[in-house]
Amino acid sequence: MSRSSSHSVLPGFGLSLGYTLVYLSLLVLIPLAGLLAKSASLTLADIWAIATGPRALASFRVTFGASFIAACLNGFFGLIVAWVLVRYDFWGKRFIDALVDLPFALPTAVAGITLATLYAETGVIGEWFAKAGIKIAYTPLGIVVALTFIGLPFVVRTLQPVLEDIEPEVEEAAATLGASRWQTFRRVLFPAVFPALLTGFTLAFSRAIGEYGSVIFIAGNMPLISEITPLLIISKLEQYDFVGATALASVMLVISFVMLLAINLLQWWASNRHRSVPVKDAAALGGAQ
Amino acid sequence: MTVRRANNEPRWMRVLLLVVALGFLALFLGFPLVTVFYEALKKGVDAYLAGLADPEARSAILLTLGVAAAAIPFNIAFGVAAAWAIAKFDFRGKSLLITLIDLPFAVSPVVAGLLFVLIFGSQGWLGPWLAEHDIKIIFAIPGIVLATLFVTFPFVARELIPLMQAQGKDEEEAAVSLGASGWQMFWRVTVPNIKWGLLYGVILANARAMGEFGAVSVVSGHIRGETNTLPLHVEILYNEYQSVAAFASASILALLALVTLVAKTVVEWRMRKETEMLTADLPPEKTE
Repeated sequence: MSRSSSHSVLPGFGLSLGYTLVYLSLLVLIPLAGLLAKSASLTLADIWAIATGPRALASFRVTFGASFIAACLNGFFGLIVAWVLVRYDFWGKRFIDALVDLPFALPTAVAGITLATLYAETGVIGEWFAKAGIKIAYTPLGIVVALTFIGLPFVVRTLQPVLEDIEPEVEEAAATLGASRWQTFRRVLFPAVFPALLTGFTLAFSRAIGEYGSVIFIAGNMPLISEITPLLIISKLEQYDFVGATALASVMLVISFVMLLAINLLQWWASNRHRSVPVKDAAALGGAQ
Repeated sequence: MTVRRANNEPRWMRVLLLVVALGFLALFLGFPLVTVFYEALKKGVDAYLAGLADPEARSAILLTLGVAAAAIPFNIAFGVAAAWAIAKFDFRGKSLLITLIDLPFAVSPVVAGLLFVLIFGSQGWLGPWLAEHDIKIIFAIPGIVLATLFVTFPFVARELIPLMQAQGKDEEEAAVSLGASGWQMFWRVTVPNIKWGLLYGVILANARAMGEFGAVSVVSGHIRGETNTLPLHVEILYNEYQSVAAFASASILALLALVTLVAKTVVEWRMRKETEMLTADLPPEKTE
C-alpha cells in the first residue's frame, strides 16, 4: 500500500484510519447503502407512485412549508439576536448567550410537550393568540413553532463569529464617507454576513425537515393537514408497510444528501469569500459607491 | 449632549432591537424552560416525587443512563481515531471522509431508526438468522444502543478534528524523536492537549444520547419497564394525560440540559483560555 504519509514519523496512521473506516462503514455507510439497496428493489415508478400519493404529497408540503417558514423566522430573528449579543452590553448577557444553545441540549420530546402546553388554547401563550382568533397548537402553525425552536441556535451560532470578526474601521470608514447607519448596514454589514446567514438558514432548514420529536406533540397529526413526513414513515412502519416506509425514507435521504452538499458549498463559499476578499476592502468599496 | 459614535445605532433603535431579541428568546426559550418545572410542580412536591418514584420511571432512568454509558466509549474511541488520522496525516479523500463523518447529522432520526429495522428487524436482511439464534436487537436494548451510536456519531470527531489540526504535529514529532513509544506519546502529549475538546464533544454526545427520541422510538418497541428510555416514558405519560408525571420525568431531562449548558460554557471558557496561552507562544501563522 502506498501511503502519502510515508514521510511522517508519527505512528498509528494505519490503525487510526483503519478503525475509522471500519466503524464508519459498519455503523453508517452499510446501513445507508442497505436502505438504498432495498429501495432499488422497487422500480422508480413504484417509488414515484408512493411519494406522490395524496397523503405523502401533503406531508411533504407540510414538512417543507413549515421548515421553510421556521428557517425564515430564524434567519430574521436570529440575525437580531446575534447582533444584540455581539454588539450590546446588558445585564445577564452571558446567561442569555448560554441559553441560546438550549434547543441543542433539551431533549426533543421535552420541547414537544412543553411547547404544546404553552401554545395550546389553554396555555399561557396560546391564550393570547386564541383571543385574536389564532389557533397555534394542533395546527400547522404549531409545527412552525416547534421547528423555530429547534432551528434557533443554528443561525445565531453561525452569525456570531462572523459579526465579531468585522473590524470597526469598516463601519467608521462608511460613516466618514457619509453613509447613514442604515446604508452602512445594508451596503457594508449585510453583504459581509450574508453567506453566514444563508449557511445558518440552510442548517436550520435541513434540521427541520427531519425533525420528529418536538413536532408530533404540538402538530395534531391530522393526515393531509398537519402530518409531517417522518411521522408518515413511522405510521407506515407500524402497519408493516416496509415498502412504503422505505420509499419515503429514501426520498428523505436523497434530500438530506442534497442539503448536506449545499451546506458544504455554502460554508466553502463563506470561508473563501471571507479569506480572499478581506471584509475591510469589500466594505470600503461598498461604502464608497 | 453625548457624541454619537459612528458605529452605534440611535438609542431608540438599540432599545428596539434589544426588546425584539429578548422577546423572541423569551417566547421560544425562556417560557418553555420555566414551564417544564412549573407543570411538574403544579400539584405540589409530593405529586412530583410520586411521578418519579414510579418503578417504570426508575427503570426508564436507569436504561437511559445505561445506554449513554454504553455509547460514550465508542464515541470517544472513534472520535480520537478519526481526528488522529485526519489531523496528523495527509491522504487522498480526506475531505470526503470529513463529509461522511457529518452524514448522520443530515439524516432524519426516524430514517436512522428505520435503517436498523431494515437490517435487524424480523423482515430485515439478518432478521431470519437472528430469530433462528434467538438474538433480539430490534425492540431490545442492542437496537437502542445502535440507534444512539448512529445519532451521536459525529459529535466527538467534529470537535477534535479542527482542534488537532490547529495544534499541528510538532509536539508529537518531538516526543517520538526523543524516543517515546507511540502510546507514551499519545497519553503524555496528545491526550493532555486535547482533553478539553474531547470533554466538550463528550458533553454534547451525552446530551444527545440521553435525549434522543425519534431514532430510539422506531427501534425500541416501547416495552414498559424494559425498552422505554426516559424520553419515551415522557411520551407515554403525556399521551395518557398524566401531565404531572410526564413533566416530572421531563424535568429530569431539562435538568440534564441545564447541566449540559453549564458544563459546555465552563469548558468553552477553559478552551479559550488555553488557545490564548497557545497563541501567545506561537507565531500567528501556525493556526491554519
